[in-house]
Amino acid sequence: MSSSRKEMPPPPQEGDGNDFHELYNEAKLSQPIKKIEEKWKLVPAFLRLRGLVKQHIDSFNHFLNVDIKQVIKANELITSEADPKFYMKFTYISIEKPKIEEDCESHQLYPNECRIRDLTYAATITVDLEYTKGDRIYIKKGVSIGRMPMMLGASNCWLNNMSNDMLARNKECPYDPRGYFIIKGVEKVLLIQEQMSKNRIIIEQDPKKNFCAQVTSSTYTTKSRTTIVHKNEKFYLKHNTLAEDIPIVVAFKAMGMQCDQEVAQIIGTEPMYLEGLALSLQECSQLNILTQSQALEYMGSKVKTVKAFGPSKSKTPSDEARDILRNVVLAHIPLSKHHMPYFQKCRYMGLMIRRVIEAVNDPTKLDDKDYYGNKRLELAGQLISLLFEDLFKRFQFDLQKQIDSALSRTGARRDNFDAITCIRQDTITSGLEMAIASGNWVLKRFKMERIGVTQPLSRLSYIAAIGMMTRINSQFEKTRKISGPRALQPSHWGILCPADTPEGESCGLVKNLALTTHVTTDCPEAPLHRICIDLGMEDAALLGGDELYSKEHVLIFLNGQPIGVHKQPQKFVRNFRFLRKRGRIQEFVSIYLNDQQNCIYIASDGGRLVRPLLVVEKGKLKLQQRDIEDLSLGLKDFNDFLKEGLIEYLDVNEENNALIALNEELLSREHTTHMEIDPFTILGCVAGLIPYPHHNQSPRNTYQCAMGKQAIGTCGYNQLNRVDTLLYLMVYPQKPLVKTRTIEINNFEKLPAGQNASVAIMSYSGYDIEDAVILNRSSLDRGFARALYVRRYQADIKRYSNGSADVIMPATLPKEKHRQGMFKKFHALDQSGVARVGEALNSGDIFINKYAPVQLADAANQTLSKPNHQPSDNFEYKPRPEAYKGANPAYVDRVIMTSTQEDPFLIKVITRQTRVPEIGDKFSSRHGQKGVVGLIVPQEDMPFSERNGWCPDLVMNPHGFPSRMTVGKMIELISGKAGVLTGACKYGTAFSGDPVEEMGKLLVKNGYSYDGKDVLMSGISGEILPCFVFSGPIYYQRLKHMVQDKMHSRARGPKSTLTRQPTEGRSRDGGLRLGEMERDCLIGYGAANLLLERLMISSDQFVVWVCGKCGFIGYEGMCSYCKSGEQVCSVKMPYACKLLLQELQSMNIRTQIKLADV
Amino acid sequence: MESKAKFVEDRKKRAVVKTHGIDNAATFEHPASFQATTGRPDKTSLKDFIDECDIEILSLNDEEIVFDLVGAEPPLANALRRILIAEIPTMAIEKVNMWQNTSIIPDENLAHRIGLVPIKADPREFEEHTALTQAEVEEGVDDTTRYTGDDCLKFKLHVRCTKKDPNAPMVINNTFDEERLYNNPNVYASHLTWEPLGNQRTKYPTPESEPKALYPDILIAKLRPGQEIEMELFCEKGTGKTHAKWSPVSTAYYRLVPDIRFKREIVGEDAKELKRLCPVGVFDIEDIGGIKKAVVGDARKCTTCRECIRPAKFADVVDLGKWKDRFEFHVETVGHYRPEELVVEALKKLKEKTVHWLEVIQQESASGAEEK
Repeated sequence: MSSSRKEMPPPPQEGDGNDFHELYNEAKLSQPIKKIEEKWKLVPAFLRLRGLVKQHIDSFNHFLNVDIKQVIKANELITSEADPKFYMKFTYISIEKPKIEEDCESHQLYPNECRIRDLTYAATITVDLEYTKGDRIYIKKGVSIGRMPMMLGASNCWLNNMSNDMLARNKECPYDPRGYFIIKGVEKVLLIQEQMSKNRIIIEQDPKKNFCAQVTSSTYTTKSRTTIVHKNEKFYLKHNTLAEDIPIVVAFKAMGMQCDQEVAQIIGTEPMYLEGLALSLQECSQLNILTQSQALEYMGSKVKTVKAFGPSKSKTPSDEARDILRNVVLAHIPLSKHHMPYFQKCRYMGLMIRRVIEAVNDPTKLDDKDYYGNKRLELAGQLISLLFEDLFKRFQFDLQKQIDSALSRTGARRDNFDAITCIRQDTITSGLEMAIASGNWVLKRFKMERIGVTQPLSRLSYIAAIGMMTRINSQFEKTRKISGPRALQPSHWGILCPADTPEGESCGLVKNLALTTHVTTDCPEAPLHRICIDLGMEDAALLGGDELYSKEHVLIFLNGQPIGVHKQPQKFVRNFRFLRKRGRIQEFVSIYLNDQQNCIYIASDGGRLVRPLLVVEKGKLKLQQRDIEDLSLGLKDFNDFLKEGLIEYLDVNEENNALIALNEELLSREHTTHMEIDPFTILGCVAGLIPYPHHNQSPRNTYQCAMGKQAIGTCGYNQLNRVDTLLYLMVYPQKPLVKTRTIEINNFEKLPAGQNASVAIMSYSGYDIEDAVILNRSSLDRGFARALYVRRYQADIKRYSNGSADVIMPATLPKEKHRQGMFKKFHALDQSGVARVGEALNSGDIFINKYAPVQLADAANQTLSKPNHQPSDNFEYKPRPEAYKGANPAYVDRVIMTSTQEDPFLIKVITRQTRVPEIGDKFSSRHGQKGVVGLIVPQEDMPFSERNGWCPDLVMNPHGFPSRMTVGKMIELISGKAGVLTGACKYGTAFSGDPVEEMGKLLVKNGYSYDGKDVLMSGISGEILPCFVFSGPIYYQRLKHMVQDKMHSRARGPKSTLTRQPTEGRSRDGGLRLGEMERDCLIGYGAANLLLERLMISSDQFVVWVCGKCGFIGYEGMCSYCKSGEQVCSVKMPYACKLLLQELQSMNIRTQIKLADV
Repeated sequence: MESKAKFVEDRKKRAVVKTHGIDNAATFEHPASFQATTGRPDKTSLKDFIDECDIEILSLNDEEIVFDLVGAEPPLANALRRILIAEIPTMAIEKVNMWQNTSIIPDENLAHRIGLVPIKADPREFEEHTALTQAEVEEGVDDTTRYTGDDCLKFKLHVRCTKKDPNAPMVINNTFDEERLYNNPNVYASHLTWEPLGNQRTKYPTPESEPKALYPDILIAKLRPGQEIEMELFCEKGTGKTHAKWSPVSTAYYRLVPDIRFKREIVGEDAKELKRLCPVGVFDIEDIGGIKKAVVGDARKCTTCRECIRPAKFADVVDLGKWKDRFEFHVETVGHYRPEELVVEALKKLKEKTVHWLEVIQQESASGAEEK
């Protein structure tokens, strides 16, 4: 490092005498700009600061430390209707660190204990209270009101800032992404939710192709959507609470505007706007509405009557209309205290109309709903905040009700009443727990009902877990066949991964964050407003419509609200950004100038997506090589660069004001404002695993993103201590020979999922058709792709209300001892009745020998008469053992006996299997090239290299390439081979990996052909193969789909009780269905007897006695309807048919069977 | 006539590497393959074969033997290679009684790892262990009790990791100082201790002759204080056919000996370029009377990287041939046998198999004759 530093030219000295000549040296100016080496190092530096899942943790921290206090402040007071003197005030709220109290002892609760014991990782929420008792005011501190599930890694989590050593002691993996919750032992992730921006005007066309402006207002108390529609050349106000659309001028009048001129002025007096408004003004006068009260009355008559309110405090229609205008319509716009309270709302509406008129005249001014600048992401913090506020309100409501009832009593009980005793903790505790556990976010207040907000964290592999933490769920319906929201947008560049999305119904709706995306949290508006004024903004409150929309200056918006105008937009924006670079404004606040709308938009709201970019000034990067060196030496970090203004965060909207160069060659002196840190950051952390993805056909990268999550590997350093229901682990995982920067950054090397297989791409036997691969048996013998299959079983020992309890016992009950043949299944049990660790379990073996009590009829009386009697004598016990099921034996890995908060005794048995690959197991390379094992071949039959006896682990058929076009895989092979020969890992980073030409040269240097093709000898005939074979190492993943879990056959087996037909599905040992299409084939072929055999004889044949006279079903030789057995015959029919006949009969439908001789 | 003979000779003996693949790679075994050209079937006699076939040893050390098998055809060479890989018996750990394993490696993986450890013992001194019959398996007979000194080697592995300083704190995250802080932080193959069965003590009286792991530094497992591995290991005689752990060779392969010629002389700058092209230095330059001429230096160095025929101007001039009846064998032993012994063993095995099939054929023809 030091030597390279010396070679660097000395940094240009400012203020030097040569400065002038330097600047005007033509030759120097035309020189190509020197590339900054190892620029990518900024990415890990960024991630150290803002991590892959940091957005979850940041958001939750914001909730814990800021938001929750605001929630409390907004709902601080409880009063009582029974006693006007009473009040209770919540003055402070704080959340502790997770602890648990058991047996009157409190101890620190760590995540691993929660996972093992099925507990919730939660911390107590405490409040400070001020309330009255009698005539006095009491102040109580630290009152618990419930428990808040704690996000791992959040500020109040024990793991926050914990050293690796301590993490290891607490059985945590240092590379675990965190950012999830543990609810009842299950890890749950709150998926990022994508939504349209709140409080912004969106101009669009409704289904009837009418132009409309839509605003979704959202405040702490209300959420509502206000629409202004342009219908028949007229404008209408549309709102949920209004049964009919209100002519806009009526709405204006209802809000206190007196004359048409005022209305016209607030929208704009240019001819275009006046013309657009003319018919609306006319409509109003036709309705003969001239005053505010007339308008309110008119509106009142159109208000939707809400039934649910019961006996409402009979408001007059105009009062109701006023209420709606005041509180619901455009709820986010505050009312002013001046003579015209609605002025701001009017102005906002005027703006909406203006925008619609513009859009009508020029449809290109319609907003794009799918444009990502119009989207906001809702994270764990916001979601939990909503839920918490709802629950807190419910908690207060319950509390108030109890206080009311207590205070309405009389006497000493009332005087001594202490309101604190009424605090119930489980409203909030169970409310939060339930919502996170089930994923159902139901908030009646906001009419919000979302399902699937949380998902259990997939621990199949490390990548699956990280992939889940960066996933974005959108609210669109999956069933609708719309392409707009699913399509990849230009505005996704750099913030969403273009490859990582599922296939099928949710394609394009579920997205993933790119590597360097950060999601903002809310930032206070007031200081920004202040700064704007300091920068020379004229306050909007002082301006009328004409002045607001004058071409002379631009309108400035702060989070969607017009706050003022400025005459020099460029200067304003420049100064604002300067202040931001200086750290006077939070780095995530965005400002951008919209030339088309003649507006400046400032945004500081949460949920925006920002990404860091290098700042370019005068066509030169501000970042210098020495900065990168300082970074790698640890002298500086990302924040320093931010402070020095070398790096800037831009959100999607501000990117429109920037010209971002991809690399140094594309820097232009005049216009470039920014440069990408490194182009590979446009991919997410899952797509980043693919080497040379830019050489692949794009869907292949998408397939790999889905498959990388199914690869068996390592899921964390604590994997052997984990107690998941199902875990797939690789015995000898390897880090890939061809890696990418992303792989290094997201620690895939530390927790890999796959092995570098020696691959020969050639045709071998016929067992490799349709993407099948051939494996080398000796490789398997030596441990290739060996996997552990770890499974958890559990049983709880219940106590029943009648005093009895389940028991576990060794071997068998004394009574059953004579049944010697049954003993074998008990072989694994120890003295306590649970299997010994290390014991092999075969199918049918019992590993928890549990017995459940069955109460005897007379035993109940006995317990009554002799209450002190030993309860066990009174119960008969029935065996309820947990037995192992599975064709292959498993070993008992661990036995955990513990207690949960509900169950006093819980047993978890973890079994383990080692699985060697077999025919039918699934493998995949990192390029969406999956295949099953078609044949396992002994090593001596494998082809071998004439060079050194090299012999493939895996043979892949070359037909997999032409249609898939995964050139990246071929380059991976060549780079991997070069890497092996030179003893170094090679890089296949997107857009910048080691070039294949270089790799070819390395191959030649080592005596191999430049194209990766070798001369092989046939292992079977011993002759030299007449073709060269493309061979070398490729990183292969073993996928979780294994034949052992899928293979199924049945000759005879169980039948379902109702229809007596064979059961369905492998888990029930079901039959294989001869379905409709198969039936069609047999009919078409004319194989009537085969059909009869398949559908009846081998299924549910049943002999029915049918009476030839009445056609009813009788019984053997007798018809109970005719009371005779004369014409009763036996008929064979499917049992299902007989069932149908009888069911129909029971519904009073007469079904007759007519018999005839054949 | 002469050109015809040369043509046949070339077809039979020489494969040619071209840019697109290898021409004339196939073997012509049938005596009538060239009857149309030569007008008569080839002579095939055992005597000719015996005269022509030969082994020339090129190099020999403790690990590897390199020799040329001359005058043979691929089936013979391949049979030898296949036998070396899969059919020469060695001793390897096959059964394990695991008494204690508190290490982080699961039992079956530990057993698998230990099975792959090569054991130093002469397999020729042992018999094959007879497998349990189905009835015995059902009865639950413990196979390890049936081992005798003639068919088994028994080892014990008992390693326990402790802290060197009992008062030291339990250090978790250390990977650097393990040897200094703990006793037995690593389980190596050298921890295997041999336990004589039957008369084995007298068979292997000295420490040198004692059976042990071939390489003492094979890492079997890692331990941390409090962890312990105790197991009994039973070696059986087996072949690579059953499991790769019994394979006595690291690798056994052959290649066709290269024969590089020039179709016309390459002189001057071209000669220099050709020399420079070859990464392994097959070509030399001879200066004859001031004319620099390319010559083939050591053809055996050639790795068939085809760099020399990549430029179009050389593609037709350099003739990269390979002798189809000259196999350069490389046999690298794992260590159970000496490499030269391995080849002899393989030939013995081949002979044994041939004799067996000869008997079968003779019996068949005898019985066939009887029927007639």
